Amino acid sequence: MQNPEAERSRVFTRRVALLGGAKLVAFGALGLRLHQLQVRDAPEFALDAEENRISQRLLMPARGRIVDRTGRPLADNVPVYRVRVVREQARDVAGVLRALAEVIHLPAPRREEVVASARARAPFVPVTVRDDLSWDEVAEVAVHAPDLPGIRLDSGLVRHYPYRGEFAHVLGYVGPVTERELRSDDDPLLRVPDLRIGKSGVEGGYDDDLRGKAGLLQMEVNAVGREIRELRRRPGTGGADVELTLQADLQRYAHRRLASELGASAVILDVHSGEVLAMVSVPSFAPDAFVNGVSHAQWEDWRDDPRAPLVNKATAGVYPPGSTYKMMTALAALELGILDQDTTFYCPGHLQMGRARFHCWRSGGHGSLAVVQGLAQSCDVFFYETGKRVGIDALAAMSRRFGLGGASGIDLPSERAGLIPTRAWKQRAIGEKWQPGETVVCAIGQGFVSATPLQLAVMTARLANGGYAVEPWLVRPPAGRAVPTTPAPSLGISPLSLALVREGMFEVVNGERGTARAQKLLSETHRMAGKTGTSQVKRITRAERAAGLHKRKDKPWQDRHHALFVAFAPFDAPRYAVSVVVEHGGSGSRTAAPIARDLMQKTLDLDPTGGRATAADDRPLRVTVPRRAG
Amino acid sequence: MRGELADAQLALPDKLARVSWAYVAAIVLLGAVGYAMLYSAAGGSHEPWAWRHAVRLAFGVLVMLFVALVDPRLWHRFAYLAYGGAFAALVGVEIVGSLAKGAQRWIDLGFVQLQPSELMKVALVLALARYFHGATPPQVGRPLFLLPPIAMIAAPALLVLKQPDLGTAVMLLASGAVVLFLAGVRWWKFALVGGGAAAALPLIWGRLHAYQRERVLTFLDPDQDPLGAGYHIIQSKIALGSGGFWGKGFLEGTQAQLSFLPEKHTDFVFTMLAEEQGLAGGLAVLALYLVVFLMGLVFALRTRSQFGRLVAAGASVTFFLYVVINVAMVTGLIPVVGVPLPLVSYGGTAMMTVMVGCGLALGIDVHRDLYMRRHPDDDL
Repeated sequence: MQNPEAERSRVFTRRVALLGGAKLVAFGALGLRLHQLQVRDAPEFALDAEENRISQRLLMPARGRIVDRTGRPLADNVPVYRVRVVREQARDVAGVLRALAEVIHLPAPRREEVVASARARAPFVPVTVRDDLSWDEVAEVAVHAPDLPGIRLDSGLVRHYPYRGEFAHVLGYVGPVTERELRSDDDPLLRVPDLRIGKSGVEGGYDDDLRGKAGLLQMEVNAVGREIRELRRRPGTGGADVELTLQADLQRYAHRRLASELGASAVILDVHSGEVLAMVSVPSFAPDAFVNGVSHAQWEDWRDDPRAPLVNKATAGVYPPGSTYKMMTALAALELGILDQDTTFYCPGHLQMGRARFHCWRSGGHGSLAVVQGLAQSCDVFFYETGKRVGIDALAAMSRRFGLGGASGIDLPSERAGLIPTRAWKQRAIGEKWQPGETVVCAIGQGFVSATPLQLAVMTARLANGGYAVEPWLVRPPAGRAVPTTPAPSLGISPLSLALVREGMFEVVNGERGTARAQKLLSETHRMAGKTGTSQVKRITRAERAAGLHKRKDKPWQDRHHALFVAFAPFDAPRYAVSVVVEHGGSGSRTAAPIARDLMQKTLDLDPTGGRATAADDRPLRVTVPRRAG
Repeated sequence: MRGELADAQLALPDKLARVSWAYVAAIVLLGAVGYAMLYSAAGGSHEPWAWRHAVRLAFGVLVMLFVALVDPRLWHRFAYLAYGGAFAALVGVEIVGSLAKGAQRWIDLGFVQLQPSELMKVALVLALARYFHGATPPQVGRPLFLLPPIAMIAAPALLVLKQPDLGTAVMLLASGAVVLFLAGVRWWKFALVGGGAAAALPLIWGRLHAYQRERVLTFLDPDQDPLGAGYHIIQSKIALGSGGFWGKGFLEGTQAQLSFLPEKHTDFVFTMLAEEQGLAGGLAVLALYLVVFLMGLVFALRTRSQFGRLVAAGASVTFFLYVVINVAMVTGLIPVVGVPLPLVSYGGTAMMTVMVGCGLALGIDVHRDLYMRRHPDDDL
């Protein structure tokens, strides 16, 4: 054997020679390919003969509409007339724009923006100057066209939301394509100038359906790129319409009813199918503002507003459910056999546990009461006592069965899951042991417990429909295909327990001592059941309680209690569930309950059957709709 | 004699005198071609691409020279560490990407977006070179000895494929295989692995993303979907074909200037070059690239250490693969896989990879008489 280093070097040299040869061969192949394309087959690419050549342009398809359950358009396209400038034809863009400003309204700052944007693009790309021309202005520009080189007029479709903010959080909005979206999406349509794609809500989640397919325009152009004539036009395929489960009239009513509050949201569900009939979040925003890209100042305004207009509070607002959670505590105890209908606890106005004292909302106490009156009068001490016996883990298990503590999976992006605490959760998340006092606080829906208005509506629907796991949904399958239905699985709650809880909710509204006894429905035949909730945002200090300050109405807005109400109706044959949360609304019975009553009344008024049960409602259905991540 | 050289520290002026300035000039010339093309792509404007390209080019050349002046024993010492770091970053983006629900391939450092897959292209060559530097020919003959380097190639390639970035995965596999080949691994072993890969092809097809499959299918028949994925290839071919032998002239490329040649400033910059400068211009640029690659191989041949040989040749091959894959892609020889034309395309990451790679090759040449021991700890 010779010197290994020499051997290694010899092998290397031989193989490098081979590699060099391979590189030469590969480049030879590329050279041949270029020769083939550019010399041999060049006549075959004769589309680009001396003077004339074909230019292809993609045509923007009409975006699909979004309609409500009755086919009424909620997001539509309206024609607009645009004036655009092409840099290479205008030569002096600023000069041409100055001339244009004498014909139509065009303030100097806008002119500067256009000049900058034209400079940033290739010279042959038309840049939009204004896209909201009136017909008169179009005529004016057309008349002066000879003096305005590089100025082009055309018409297009622009997204329009006829109901402005009323559906904004569900619909989302469209906006210009960003660089990042261009990189991650291959669709050539995205390169069409002026294309708008869905950014959030249904517009974002169902963008693939709404977007449509690009059309093709082939033009013969001369050497300077002037279009000579149209050769072929293949129109694009418009996007498909998307139909929502929302009822437009109901949604609009709900939005108007909530609009006077600083921050609030409401959800109305069909308790059998899980269809979302209305989902409102106020304050809202005007989605049209996003179509041409929202200004930075406006965006910051919205983002920094403490009332969070851009957030869909129905799915992304999490609140302590307060007393609306007491149904869970009651059901858990009833199912475990800790309570029956006659078990009573005595409420002296507080519960003493060691050195800690837990107050009832009614400082004088409720005296002795059982579960139905406990719910009706929303006695805190009753549920402290009950929760203490149930334990936090059993309480959490019951809550999860009713859809709390996990995202519902509704077809909207950025849904939040809320929180249903357990011993294991606290150990994991905070690293501390669970304290018995915390169970007591959670039993009345305070402390760690939190939920979204949508989750509270689902919980109420499941209580109302006899304990079946309906799931909320918002987007109907494409036209022509039936809604695939499978029966919703039963939650396995005993009818007696459910009946007692529902009786308690009935008494809240209809009983003599109910916390919402002022909020009965107008009709004699339909009666509503519900539950108030007033959830504490800030801890009440002993001094405040002693001075009675905690009930004052002039507290700063952000320190006031959240007001909640959940309801279902008609009581005898439930069809609809409503949840209402008014941020810092002060009191569930005074603020949230009247709103919920009005929403329920309107829901029943709009129901063509007048809220009467039909044969199809005998068995609650869980509707499985193909879902897409938003 | 050997001992002297092992300890020898070249002074900076000596090093500068040994730099192959012809090599540096060729690279700067390629970058200048890129500048001209980007100027044309913007319709005769330094904005928005050309001047940034120039700044990056200047910075890149400085990085290349800096890398070239560093003692290669340092690269030898840190080869595995660099590989480990690049691998960790790859796993990192994979985790972040799966959390953010999207194909995120970079780490945002604020001023620059770092693509771990690009780091890996350089680190893989270094790590393999170190592995085989310490190996004797009989060891290289042993199949078991080849398992670690195969894992070193396959693991990042699979991760990158999962991102999904087919182009980079192919580059990692190919450059790794070439280093193994240069290290003296037997022909029949490549045949064996190649055969196995061919057998696994149906399996890979099943794991490809829908859009990747579509690209392969439309490559086979681009006319089938003229507005979808075939659009790029058809437009590119028309542009090339209409360029002819002498081209349409600087700034006169009608397909690129007027029509809808996609990504003409990034992946399809070569199309625009060949449209405006014709076959003549295209071949001239290819020839310039070839000079750079062959010089890289000359560096490899005249260096004394196995590490140096493998690094110089490996870096040259990585650069070569960029160019071949890009040009084959825009001329419709292979599917569109999204590989840029280094030094000419707009974009900083590929340029930086190539500059570091060329700097390594150049540095190997500067220190070509250096004797390196089997293990870095024996050296310093």
